[in-house]
Amino acid sequence: MQFDQILQYTLSGLSTGAIYALIGIGFSIIYNATGIINFAQGEFVMLGGLFTLSCLEFLKLPLWAAIPCAIAASTLVGMLFERLAIRPLRQPTPINLVIITIGGSILIRGLAMLVWGKDTHAVPSFSGDTPIAIGGATILPQHLWIFAITLIIIAVNKVYFYHTISGKAMRACSYNRRAAGLVGIDVRRMVMFSFIISSAMGAVAGIIIAPLTMTAYDVGVMLGLKGFCAAIIGGMSSGLSTVIGGLLLGVLESLGAGLISSGYKDAIAFIILLLILFFRPQGLFGKADSERV
Amino acid sequence: MNIKVMNFVIAAVTVLFSANAFAAAPIKIGALFAVTGPAAFLGEPERNSAKMVVDEINKSGGIKGHKLELVVYDTSGDATKAVQLATKLIKDDKVVAIIGPSTTGETMAVIPVAERSMIPLISCSAGSKITDPVKKWVFKTAQNDSLAVGKIYEYLQKRKLTKVSLLTVSDGFGASGREQLKIQAPRYGITVVSDDTYGPKDTDMTAQLTKIRGSHAQAIICWGTNPGPALVAKNVRQLGIKTPLFMSHGVSSKKFIELAGSAAEGIKLPSGKVIVADMLPASDKQKKSLMAFVKDYQRHYNTEGDHFGGHAWDAVMLIRNAIDNGAVTAAAIRDHIENTRGFAGIGGTFNYSAHDHAGLGKDAFVLVEVKNKDWKIVK
Amino acid sequence: MAKPIRSGSDLMKRNLLLFAGFSLLVMLAPQFFRGGYLMNVLVFVGINTMLAIALNLLLGYAGQISLGHAGFFGLGAYLSGIMTTTFSMNPWEAMPVAALVVGCLAYLIGFPVLKLKGHYLAMATLGLGIIFFIIFNETYEWTGGPSGLSGIPNLQLGSIVFDTDVKNYYLIWGVTLAVMLFSMNLAQSRVGRALRAVHDSEIAAQVLGVNARHLKVQIFALSAIICSLAGSLYAHTMTFISPTTFGFNFSIELLTMVVIGGLGSIYGSFLGAALLTLLPEFLRGANDYDIIVYGGLLVIMVMYMPGGLVRGIPALFRKIVKREAESGNA
Repeated sequence: MQFDQILQYTLSGLSTGAIYALIGIGFSIIYNATGIINFAQGEFVMLGGLFTLSCLEFLKLPLWAAIPCAIAASTLVGMLFERLAIRPLRQPTPINLVIITIGGSILIRGLAMLVWGKDTHAVPSFSGDTPIAIGGATILPQHLWIFAITLIIIAVNKVYFYHTISGKAMRACSYNRRAAGLVGIDVRRMVMFSFIISSAMGAVAGIIIAPLTMTAYDVGVMLGLKGFCAAIIGGMSSGLSTVIGGLLLGVLESLGAGLISSGYKDAIAFIILLLILFFRPQGLFGKADSERV
Repeated sequence: MNIKVMNFVIAAVTVLFSANAFAAAPIKIGALFAVTGPAAFLGEPERNSAKMVVDEINKSGGIKGHKLELVVYDTSGDATKAVQLATKLIKDDKVVAIIGPSTTGETMAVIPVAERSMIPLISCSAGSKITDPVKKWVFKTAQNDSLAVGKIYEYLQKRKLTKVSLLTVSDGFGASGREQLKIQAPRYGITVVSDDTYGPKDTDMTAQLTKIRGSHAQAIICWGTNPGPALVAKNVRQLGIKTPLFMSHGVSSKKFIELAGSAAEGIKLPSGKVIVADMLPASDKQKKSLMAFVKDYQRHYNTEGDHFGGHAWDAVMLIRNAIDNGAVTAAAIRDHIENTRGFAGIGGTFNYSAHDHAGLGKDAFVLVEVKNKDWKIVK
Repeated sequence: MAKPIRSGSDLMKRNLLLFAGFSLLVMLAPQFFRGGYLMNVLVFVGINTMLAIALNLLLGYAGQISLGHAGFFGLGAYLSGIMTTTFSMNPWEAMPVAALVVGCLAYLIGFPVLKLKGHYLAMATLGLGIIFFIIFNETYEWTGGPSGLSGIPNLQLGSIVFDTDVKNYYLIWGVTLAVMLFSMNLAQSRVGRALRAVHDSEIAAQVLGVNARHLKVQIFALSAIICSLAGSLYAHTMTFISPTTFGFNFSIELLTMVVIGGLGSIYGSFLGAALLTLLPEFLRGANDYDIIVYGGLLVIMVMYMPGGLVRGIPALFRKIVKREAESGNA
């Protein structure tokens, strides 16, 4: 019995953790390319879910068509955000960037409230709701989708960053923006690219999780913050360490809620965040690096 | 420039005179609802209902020649705002009574203001501490949580189910329910075998439910408002838990069934009678009010009215009845409300007295079950 | 173009005059809105001004962001509330005790937190704020949990009970003016100069002999103490507190006040607090839109008026005057 419970906590934690990981990678990509922590990252998760809903209900599209449409729409919002708020910023100090992305996130959330209302909306699962038993634990088909899509995205990321020109250029930006500019990389285009990729990833996370958690104009806040915790644990890498960070966070939260106290579940994530920031600011798996201290 | 000013003056004078041309001065009633923010699911139907019933009253010529004027402010569920706006209603708008606020926290914050200014406050929130102990100027129309808890526990007692697991949301609504669930359990010979909470924004409750699954509970009681309970219902289905699941009156609207989908089937919950108005026997005293409310709401807003809106409806009607009996001042309205007996409204049949400013008995709730995406009364 | 260089004492005289004028205006204000509802809003403008100044000392002067200041505000309110209800302490005694506890706590937390910079600092303080919020919610034996804590006594001075808006107005604004004066003095002092040095370059400040790390922690603790004081006053004027007031959103609102008003300006903090507290009054009727207005304001201010209202409006004014003059010449 006890073992069954632990298994269930772990499986539940992993599926939430996969979502945190996807959001966390979105944070990291923008951070690495631009040095910005995009506080509006969570809003793209919300947009992904709600655009899917609109495509399904108002445009009457089938699911396979609704998903790419929703990703495209969310990405467009991400592009507009970069173009209208980030790029024209005259004094891009860290504090101004924090404030402007917070302002942007409030703005996007407010507009979403006007468009979709304040109600929570249910989104249909990709392939039914029949539970699947694994040992003594059960998961839903949607969980399998979450795991599969997370894996695919990590793989695609890897290929993009290491085997394409623009991916390599973006990595160059993350190492040294000025040097990248000197060797002829269009840094501004890379910044735009980073916003495109991470808003698309946020949207994907929002789409695959919506059938499980339902969606509303304000779901982005908490998910965004948790995603950030994942990225911090992973040392702001846009690869595997953030994924592990997300999974770890998800599992710890789930175990904490089940075994310690459900009331302090969210506190667990933020205490981990603080501990990591205090003691291992380079991330749990990173090499010591004084830059962030 | 001058012509513009002249025009304005003429317009203003005309408006003033035409307003005076109407019979007796309108009576101003204030309302504080959380139309936006996390409690919008309460505030929105409440505002709609209050506006609707005031419109209806004015359309039929007002009360004894008095038109009603409703001044509604949105508190967005924030206690500070609620206090500011209550002050505004009293000082600037000079209302004779205030309806709302929507949540217990806001109400507790506003009570000192109402008491000090001696303006009757008819709260639309459920917390029992609002009228316990009785405060001279404070009434409420929402059913006490204790009544809803009693309804569930009665049912469990009848079926000799004695072990329950609690899963409540960590906001005002959940905390108040949790307190009542724990206090009343011994009275029905029930033991609480596990007591967990979830956050209002949580997206997965399988951890808490896994724990509950291991606890040998004979019933799970979840206390929260949408969307949390819908997630709980889905997660219960996912984990294959067969223990009967009970919800609170916080989700007694079609929205819950829509969100939880097939996972809602078989869930039982205490509810105001609004959602089952058409199934009530003709002998039910509330039937007339209920049917009128449901019909009007459908006509005005093209969606189904729920019992949250009903709280505002009841509050306006209490004031209406008081004015109908000749009360126009704040003090007279208060006295009349306190003397209201046998008023069959939406929330139940109200019997106020000097010792009871909540006014409702157990008959305010019925236990309903979700069957085929609709409600059914549990006998 | 060349302006006469003012001597230090001239500047101080001017500042003092400005402050005296401002205080007079504040003290006379009730005469204009006697008893009206606006008095109540102005009480909250006072509380928010204190909070904005607290955050501004940290953000505007020392250049350290905090997204968790609502937590210190709440801690002050809850400590005062609990001490005066559960332990029936005198509010006047509870207030300094609360401030002391919050100050010590902030001092201790300050060391590890302020080691961080920029975005990381923002995230750490945000996390702190959320943890505080969860504690307010979960320790219901003490705080009453989400249903809140009621029955907090009003402050009392001799036979005067501070239970009306007008009385509270004088009380709150008395304290607010004191906080303003104190902060302005601090900004002009050696400490203020050292803070600005830390703001511009921590390393340079260190080289010049400023113990930057310790200074940052001290200003963080001071800022928390002011928040705690504002929290206590809030608790005793409202007589009821619940966690939602002290959540993440309020931290953001405070940040908005400081940024809109103007970083590093005490009057700016007042302007920001006044604007954001009064804004809902003008937006009423357009209720669903106020969230958009907040977000929009924040974005627009950072983009087009990064110095805040306090610097932006005079600049705008000068621009207009210049344009008028130019068109007049042409």
